[in-house]
Amino acid sequence: MKASKFLAVPYIAWVLIFTIIPLSLVVFFALTDSDGNFTLDNLFQMSDYMSVLFRSIVFAIIATVICLVIAFPAAYIISRVSSMNQSSLIILIMVPMWISFLLRTYAWMTLLEPNGLINKMFSLVGLGPFDLINNAGAVILGMVYNYLPFMILPLHSVMTKIEPHTVEAAQDLGCNKINLVRKVILPLSMPGISTGIVAVFVPSVSTFVISRMLGGGTNDLIGDFIESQFLGNSYNPHLGSAMALVLMVIVLFMMSLFNQFGSEEGAV
Amino acid sequence: MKNTIISLRNAVVEYDGEKILKDINLDIIDKQFVTLLGPSGCGKTTTLRIIGGFAEMASGELFFNGVKINNLPPHKRQVNTVFQKYALFPHLNIFENIAFGLRIQKLPEKEIKARVEEMLKLVNMEGFEKRSINSLSGGQQQRIAIARALVNRPKVLLLDEPLGALDLKLRKEMQIELKRIQQELEITFIYVTHDQEEALTMSDTVVVMKDGTIQQIGTPQDIYNEPNNAFIADFIGESNIIDGIMRRDFLVEFAGKEFACVDKGFEKDELVDVVIRPEDIKVVPQYQGAIIGVVENVIFKGVHYEISVDALGYKWIIHSTQSEEVGSIIGMNVTPTDIHIMHKQEEE
Repeated sequence: MKASKFLAVPYIAWVLIFTIIPLSLVVFFALTDSDGNFTLDNLFQMSDYMSVLFRSIVFAIIATVICLVIAFPAAYIISRVSSMNQSSLIILIMVPMWISFLLRTYAWMTLLEPNGLINKMFSLVGLGPFDLINNAGAVILGMVYNYLPFMILPLHSVMTKIEPHTVEAAQDLGCNKINLVRKVILPLSMPGISTGIVAVFVPSVSTFVISRMLGGGTNDLIGDFIESQFLGNSYNPHLGSAMALVLMVIVLFMMSLFNQFGSEEGAV
Repeated sequence: MKNTIISLRNAVVEYDGEKILKDINLDIIDKQFVTLLGPSGCGKTTTLRIIGGFAEMASGELFFNGVKINNLPPHKRQVNTVFQKYALFPHLNIFENIAFGLRIQKLPEKEIKARVEEMLKLVNMEGFEKRSINSLSGGQQQRIAIARALVNRPKVLLLDEPLGALDLKLRKEMQIELKRIQQELEITFIYVTHDQEEALTMSDTVVVMKDGTIQQIGTPQDIYNEPNNAFIADFIGESNIIDGIMRRDFLVEFAGKEFACVDKGFEKDELVDVVIRPEDIKVVPQYQGAIIGVVENVIFKGVHYEISVDALGYKWIIHSTQSEEVGSIIGMNVTPTDIHIMHKQEEE
């Protein structure tokens, strides 16, 4: 008994140093002024940033929905091919994740620029140039591109557990393709869908790199403002902490909502 | 009136360049219990999957009530399948599992309820509506799978080794149950199994398959008593298969002696397989026996003793209600009607 308790010490120390203490500091900064006195002013100041917060959530929701729409059929197709092809397809999906996140986003900049690769190809056929960068669409594209694997992987892992016989049984009992997806594959994939939604939504709603690089300064998200309170010109860690706290509460609320949804579906 | 409900014509199935089915022709008679019987890899499940719409033929034709349905997708066929591993829907309770096909047809709620209840009654599972699939035993899951397939009132029910995962006692119960359901509903059952006893117990017609070909089609009695070749004789029950020479009509030589038999039409001195069922060999005192051998082993099998005898270079298996002493010398007699002569099968 003693020994096993002793083994938990590194873990507890880790959680204490890297999770509990920083979180406590965020809460402390959010609820104090520069003199260290208790105040709710920081939270009230958040009202100036409501439109940004709203935009962040809307962008993240759009990105999450697009990821789901792309990932669902992709994951299903991958889960139905032979297991050898499955592992190579999954590796293909994961390979971009081995490259730095920043590098991947820079790559998109060079592709989308007014005289970037895509516009050059359009000009070859006499089209363009189009405004592909520095707008909301580019930011959402960046989110979808970067976080799509987080949707495909959990979906794939639940879909591989759907037996081929279960699919055949549904067809046997009269399901066409649409009914097959609606009545069998979708409900059986629910746990993966809720995991994937959380895994895409959370990093999307708090990103600041993608919006800065692809948004052109007009589509800054809450993550950009939080960062600028700590590292930027408008240095104010108290306000930054308050923003981070509010965002965290919203994310936790949404996560618990999805988790409940997912576990209910999975339990039946 | 015997109507053919399903016909397969020259069915060939290839997988990775290997022929799984080699030119199969099969007629299924309406309202019969038909069993496809054979060792694993013989093509019986593939044949079933063609009928269900889950396997494609490289060439050949499939007719349902005289209409060609080669390219009809599974959901449009008037057949339903009971799968080997039940394949129940884990996200639905028992009521919804059985109601699945009816909901697809968008039937009124009242009719769905009535038909599901009727099916639960048919498979003796009343009162289980609200239970989850995981709370059921294998035998109960199989009953639900049967109810789920039958609720759509198919013309033909396909069963792919449905009792394979059940223990012996449960399997025997379900065999009787399935036969009862088939007779009660008066629909065609096509049943795939590798268990010869199961096939003999339940079937009106047995189709014996081997290596993607049909070896024999007949009633269980035909298949057992008049097997076409040594493979069937060996596969359906136990057999002594001995090399013999057909000296002339009604006279065969094996084990160094000539025996009267009831077969004719073989070429003179043709090499043949002589098949004798273990229960057809009579043990007699040494001086009365046509063949004399030494008892090597005796195993008690419940209904009978299985006696292994070494005689004239062969190991003979005898089923007898009387035990013999190991090491003793006995005589064996066979009546001419119990000697079955078969053409030697060409080695592949």
